Amino acid sequence: MIDRLAQQTLLDPAGLGDSELSTLLGTTFGHDIDGGDCYFQFASQEGWSLEDGIVKSASFNIERGVGIRVVRGEQTGFAYSDDIAMPAMLEAAKTARSIASAGQSGRIAVASRSPSRPALYAPDNPLDSLDEQTKIDLLKEVDAVARAEDSRVTQVMCSLAGVHEVVLVLNARGELTTDVRPLVRLNVQVIVEQGGRRESGTSGGGGRFGYQYFRESDRAAGYAREAVRQALVNLEAREAPAGTMKVVLGPGWPGVLLHEAIGHGLEGDFNRKGTSAFSGRVGEQVAAKGITIVDDGTLEGRRGSLNVDDEGNPTQQTVLIEDGVLRGYMQDEMNARLMGTRSTGNGRRESYARLPMPRMTNTYMLGGDADPEEILASVDDGLYAVNFGGGQVDITSGKFVFSASEAYRVEKGKVTYPVKGATLIGNGPDVLTRVSMIGNDMKLDSGIGTCGKEGQGVPVGVGQPTLRIDGMTVGGTQAA
Amino acid sequence: MSTSPERVSPESLSQDGEVQALSHSPESLQARVQRTLEAARERGASDAQAVVSHSVGLELGVRKGEIESLEHERDQSLSLIVYFGQSKGAASTTDFSDQALIDTVEAACRIARYTEPDPYAGMPDPAFKASDWEDLDLDHPWGCSATEATELARAIEAAGFAADDRIENSEGASVSTRRAMAFLGDSQGFMGGYRSTRHSLSCALVARDAAGMQRDYAYTVARHAGDLTAAEAIGREAAERTVRRLGGRKLSTRTCPVLFAPEMARTLIGSFTRAISGPAQYRESSFLLNAVGETVFPAWMQIEERPLTPRALGSAPFDGEGVRTRNRPLIADGVLQSYTLDSYAARRLGLETTGNAGGARNVTVAPGDKDFDALLSEMGTGFLVTELIGQGVNMVTGDYSRGAAGFWVENGELQYPVEEITIAGNLKDMFRRMAAVGTDVDRRGNIHTGSILIESMTVAGD
Repeated sequence: MIDRLAQQTLLDPAGLGDSELSTLLGTTFGHDIDGGDCYFQFASQEGWSLEDGIVKSASFNIERGVGIRVVRGEQTGFAYSDDIAMPAMLEAAKTARSIASAGQSGRIAVASRSPSRPALYAPDNPLDSLDEQTKIDLLKEVDAVARAEDSRVTQVMCSLAGVHEVVLVLNARGELTTDVRPLVRLNVQVIVEQGGRRESGTSGGGGRFGYQYFRESDRAAGYAREAVRQALVNLEAREAPAGTMKVVLGPGWPGVLLHEAIGHGLEGDFNRKGTSAFSGRVGEQVAAKGITIVDDGTLEGRRGSLNVDDEGNPTQQTVLIEDGVLRGYMQDEMNARLMGTRSTGNGRRESYARLPMPRMTNTYMLGGDADPEEILASVDDGLYAVNFGGGQVDITSGKFVFSASEAYRVEKGKVTYPVKGATLIGNGPDVLTRVSMIGNDMKLDSGIGTCGKEGQGVPVGVGQPTLRIDGMTVGGTQAA
Repeated sequence: MSTSPERVSPESLSQDGEVQALSHSPESLQARVQRTLEAARERGASDAQAVVSHSVGLELGVRKGEIESLEHERDQSLSLIVYFGQSKGAASTTDFSDQALIDTVEAACRIARYTEPDPYAGMPDPAFKASDWEDLDLDHPWGCSATEATELARAIEAAGFAADDRIENSEGASVSTRRAMAFLGDSQGFMGGYRSTRHSLSCALVARDAAGMQRDYAYTVARHAGDLTAAEAIGREAAERTVRRLGGRKLSTRTCPVLFAPEMARTLIGSFTRAISGPAQYRESSFLLNAVGETVFPAWMQIEERPLTPRALGSAPFDGEGVRTRNRPLIADGVLQSYTLDSYAARRLGLETTGNAGGARNVTVAPGDKDFDALLSEMGTGFLVTELIGQGVNMVTGDYSRGAAGFWVENGELQYPVEEITIAGNLKDMFRRMAAVGTDVDRRGNIHTGSILIESMTVAGD
């Protein structure tokens, strides 16, 4: 059954029924084709932002189009159109097909795929989940809370953003899948000043639901207080240490470690091509015993979750590392076929105008049994990092970084003083072999991550428990 | 260069089927801008600004000699800002239907009903608008067909594989060509637009030795295909850059001079450019806050913005608000001369717009008198950085800590490749302690600089 909203938004305006779609499929695909799809997308998004205490700007954007992809062997032909109409689509199909032999003229029957499980999020348009004045009031509340929190707060910038996306995937086999995806995000940044020194703090969250989420459980105000707390901590921060030392990572967002050190290297495309530092290493011990890492697109309402990926395949929980042993890769259809395996529901794309590839969803490490307090108490001399900016990885050499934005020195088992942000660098295939303690406090991040690959950004989640790593290079300025 | 650029006469631009023919004429884009502005005025907007753009492109990738991907790009967009007095709304769409135009205008107007009046909001002073402008020589369509692009990409990659036996794998070679046209119009009567092109060749290769794999890449990008580096040279450069990284090791933690290769030096100047931007200043989010008139670099340093350089990648005759751009100094004798402002930031700071809506263009660091080898000699012993990863730059404080790879240098000569280390310092301090800028200027982007030598930074490793 085709989702009514998808039908009304994507097919009806162009008068596309089963007969037209059969013709489109027949023109695009044929016996000499291994795969591909027609990806129809409609996305409306808005952003409201506050600075100087007033909501002075907002924007609204509508994107609509269809991307046509033809896959043959390791080859991909691709064209797209901003105009969802038969003539434009047939033209794009002809262009995308140019990697294959002569044109087709058959028809391929269309069959709708039914959802294999209950939806992970409601299809409601989050842009309509609050009226405009209430959105503005929410931002003003964040601003007021942040300013009331401490007199050293000089600037508060916050933004509220929502996306409503309607996707229809018609693949080369004639299978039709739809998904309607909400996504919201609230972000706060503050600047504090004391004696001429300025520091900043950032917080926020979101997921696949409406804006009401931010009004529940005092969340919006909580982000404001958290941003101020971080900024004030940084006002006291001393120079960060430089060199290799024991590092304790806090739970939640510091899981960006896994995303960079392990996640990207286990994406199917790099492994099919043999360019990943993890290529050909399935079955090897790449992490300490006790470490299990999964990619899971099926968590309800999470930022990285999807009912189906952008190839129409249901997302799943994929075990990447089990008790320290590398188990498998994240796959889209093309790379799975070329590697003789099946899609894991990780085929994702930024929009109809870009090609899908294997991407992470929510990537996290399962919890262990150590008390976080005990973990800290066990460190004689090291760094405790609890908040991070982003990270990056060189897939081929395996070298990765992630940058701490809130960190402390640990001495004789005690957290002693805050240090300035510093980049941590390591080698993906061996950093997790140095994990010596795994906390019992597994936590997912608050819904803030966007992953970039080949210029395409997609929303993702990360998570982990408190971890002790015996030896990572900390990029501060104070040589021991 | 194994293919020659083909000129397409203006008359043929709107013809169907022509390689790189834009599917909308300049007249139709201007008419769309006008219709949008009229629709905004009819709905009570006191002022409005609209941009309509359109581009076509081709990107072809070859891997291990076979076509890997062939992507045809055809983009269009309409974006609009409306003012109702001091209240502002913005909206955009990729849909060029008449209904979408109306929906977009109504969305912008609806938003402006809710946003709060901002005393600094509004259009630029008409006196600053561009009225006529020179042709900056930005439009050079390249009649490169998919077949020709395939041969070119194969030649790039083949040259890479042939350059060194240790090149055992490839992420592919690609050829990309894009042509765009955009028109900007506003309710004060400004209407301007132009066509521009951008072509590039690139290649990424993988080498292996007993210690593992390394990857690196090379690329060339230009407005005119005739200005691109030859395909074979790109393949060979990618191979050389990749192979020389094999056997990388860590350094012990130390303090030493650091030489940034031109493509990395660009990132330092990029941080400078961000720090002097209007929003960084009025949000108090800059490590160079209120720094005009202050000595930021050594006295020999000169940095200019050169938006009017013919054929350069960052050139534009007017900015994102129709304000004329001009070549002007940013740093003179080490002293900060000006911020980069659009009209909003200018009003916030009590200054005049500098024509920087959309950012700074062709930021150009005056080269010194030493080439790259001479800079290596000047450094003597230290770290040459050829790659940086991660964010690691705090724009509020200037604190700097990034992952790096490169080479250890002794007596001005490369000793061995280095990886898995960080370099750290504070940008304010790093700028003041710049010792030299090389003559090896990299012009492949919006920032043009040679190598930069910094007296001392902290290297963290083993």
